Amino acid sequence: MRPRFFALATAAAVLAGASLPASRAVAQDSIYVPLFTYRTGPYAGSGIPVANGMHDYLAMLNERDGGINGVKLNVEECETGYDTKKGVECYESVKGKHPAVINPYSTGITLELIPRAAVDKIPILSMAYGLSASADGNIFPWIFNPPLTYWDGASVFVRYVASKEGGMDKLKGKKLGLLHLDAPYGKEPIPVLQDMAKKYGFQLLLYPVPGKEMQNQGSLWLNVRRDRPDYIYIQGWGAMNPTAVKEAAKVGFPMDHLMGVWWSGGDDDARPAGPGGTGYLSLDFNGVGTDYPVIQDILKYVVDKGKSQVDSKSRVGENLYNRGVFNAMLIAEAIRNAQQLTGKKVVVGEDVRRGFESLNITEARLKEMGAPNFAPPVHLTCADHNGHHAVFVVRWDGTKWVKISDWIEPIKEEVLPLIEQTAKEYAEKNTGWPKRTEPCDKSS
Amino acid sequence: MLYREVGQFKTSYTSDQAIFPILQDRLGIVAIVIAAYLIGLTGGDFLLNAVLIPFLIFSLAAIGLNLLTGYTGLLSLGTGAFMGVGAYACYKLTTYFPNVNILLWVVVSGFFASIVGALFGLPSLRIKGFYLAVATLAAQFFLEWCFIRIPWLFNYNESGAIEVPQREIFGIIVTGPRASAQTRYLVVLTIVAALTWLASNLVHGRIGRMWMAVRDMDIAAELMGIRLLPTKLLAFAVSSYVCGVAGALLVFLWYGGAESTVFDINQSFQILFMVIIGGLGSIIGSYFGAAVIYMMPIVLRAVPGWFGLPLQPATVEHLTFMVVGALIIVFLIAEPHGLARLWQIAKQKLRVWPFPY
Repeated sequence: MRPRFFALATAAAVLAGASLPASRAVAQDSIYVPLFTYRTGPYAGSGIPVANGMHDYLAMLNERDGGINGVKLNVEECETGYDTKKGVECYESVKGKHPAVINPYSTGITLELIPRAAVDKIPILSMAYGLSASADGNIFPWIFNPPLTYWDGASVFVRYVASKEGGMDKLKGKKLGLLHLDAPYGKEPIPVLQDMAKKYGFQLLLYPVPGKEMQNQGSLWLNVRRDRPDYIYIQGWGAMNPTAVKEAAKVGFPMDHLMGVWWSGGDDDARPAGPGGTGYLSLDFNGVGTDYPVIQDILKYVVDKGKSQVDSKSRVGENLYNRGVFNAMLIAEAIRNAQQLTGKKVVVGEDVRRGFESLNITEARLKEMGAPNFAPPVHLTCADHNGHHAVFVVRWDGTKWVKISDWIEPIKEEVLPLIEQTAKEYAEKNTGWPKRTEPCDKSS
Repeated sequence: MLYREVGQFKTSYTSDQAIFPILQDRLGIVAIVIAAYLIGLTGGDFLLNAVLIPFLIFSLAAIGLNLLTGYTGLLSLGTGAFMGVGAYACYKLTTYFPNVNILLWVVVSGFFASIVGALFGLPSLRIKGFYLAVATLAAQFFLEWCFIRIPWLFNYNESGAIEVPQREIFGIIVTGPRASAQTRYLVVLTIVAALTWLASNLVHGRIGRMWMAVRDMDIAAELMGIRLLPTKLLAFAVSSYVCGVAGALLVFLWYGGAESTVFDINQSFQILFMVIIGGLGSIIGSYFGAAVIYMMPIVLRAVPGWFGLPLQPATVEHLTFMVVGALIIVFLIAEPHGLARLWQIAKQKLRVWPFPY
């Protein structure tokens, strides 16, 4: 009998507890920056370094400068597990606390939040992920996805191939493969690659990897061996990336003809392939390593003081860690810009949206931040929330990523019309999509 | 003491066969419904949006699966996909006919799910148990493949996701980001309550008895004159209908947009666990199951915050996993027939309390 009563009592307690509101009051003398992160679940491998990078940079600002212009940042992580349901729950729980900006860090969660942003007046920063079309600021005034879209990335891949082959006209008759996760994220580059295939006369081969088969790509690579594509572009995430690199090494695909999108360029994506993975290429827009003053500051003020969650010091400076740092830089600079524009110390979502819209991180400013040549200078306008900035190519040398190319500009004339068109379609399909009423600030 | 039926005489067959024969139960149900509506008028955004709306929707899906697995004894792993059919059907209908009341489409979209469900239920005449589970698994994978691969289903969206347009009823915005949490909660509550009532009547009537006869022993049921194929197909159709409506509600009144991954196999398992924890063959158990599987983690996550414990969210998440897992085992050891059975035992005890002997 006793266990039954215990179980009953527990059940009653759980039901009673469920009705309590689960939010806490936040002091309004700081700027609230929620970070949606995932340190658990199947994508934690990619999620942890990004989360650490974002957190550590903002924590460093608090430690070194006492926040931004004297206002402390109240950084709070919300665990999403890369699960849309939990992401929406996170959003609901932070919404009332006047967040400065939301970083969903998942394309799925971003898609859910895009329509809510304008209603709740909270800007969303989906750094180089999410909906490519949301780069159109006239239709998506609350969404920002700098420094470039997946479409830009795919066009850089084509441009890189052309440069290796000796010119755009040499692309004719070549076979380019796209190995992609069979989900909206993975299929994102297809339309722009198809357009370019028509224009430049290369043949596009698609190799979709179903989400469940991420770690079982053997048969797919048999097809690759049969088709003999000249180059392959990987648009993958999580466990799909290391598997693809390993399989490529196994079938003897030339590594310097295999290129990943920036989300396929984690250290843990290339390392498991062992020596066979040497030479694997990836697009990238943030510097790797710790040779930047800003990373040194993070080490000094945060990691050495034990205020970081990184499990060893050697993981600071990894590609995805530094990407998290860059993401946090964008947040911090937008807040700083918003303070300047509004004259307020404590800024909220509406101000930060204006801060993003006139964001202009020049090379000089990057140097000031201790990150010279760390990332592309980011310049956003009211119409262009992306910037379509340049990226570079990195090569895995067996132990770390090494930059091997200059900054490569995307083929904007391919990408921009597509963005305008899809953004317009999005607004048409969603009846009641609000017209932009937000005024435009002058660029600073 | 209070919960006692002494003096409540049944003077007609109708009152004897009532679902809630005891006055206190009837009053309790009325009180719960009134309270549920009152919460909708007074509750905060987080409570409604992140806790109660999904709880109600998952309860409805669990009821749908319970009709099939709990009442008819047919194990199904395709719940997520059937919910997806409802959601995609509702999306297609409302984009083709934008001026028709969206609630009508939510209710109608369930029929598409029920057609698909009945189709995949066809093998159930020949195969049983785990083998049927595998057949429904095929439905799950096939439908998920359709949601990714047939661009017509998501209107050729570049992102491959479906987005919920804004729809109004009598000038009140019901779907889309501008709809208030209160409105959406009240709409969901009404639909879920209505379908619960329908399901409850079904299982207490002739059809429900047929299902239970098939569940308990299908050969005996056949000998008694119950035709197996129509009965099983009906169970698949009704179950998928309820799941389809739940899927449409999920996307239109909660998420506001969805990728195909929302309806993956994990969703199916989640609903199945709700049914198992709540109690197979019990309507109220579906609510209990949804509460434990969906709401308990949310509450547990908030607990360290109440006490001001400085735990990292990832640690909290790991703890939540462990505690939820442990609690599920505790519940199942305490009562293998699910929370619904515990509830029944509690009621029995209350009836004789405070003089148990």
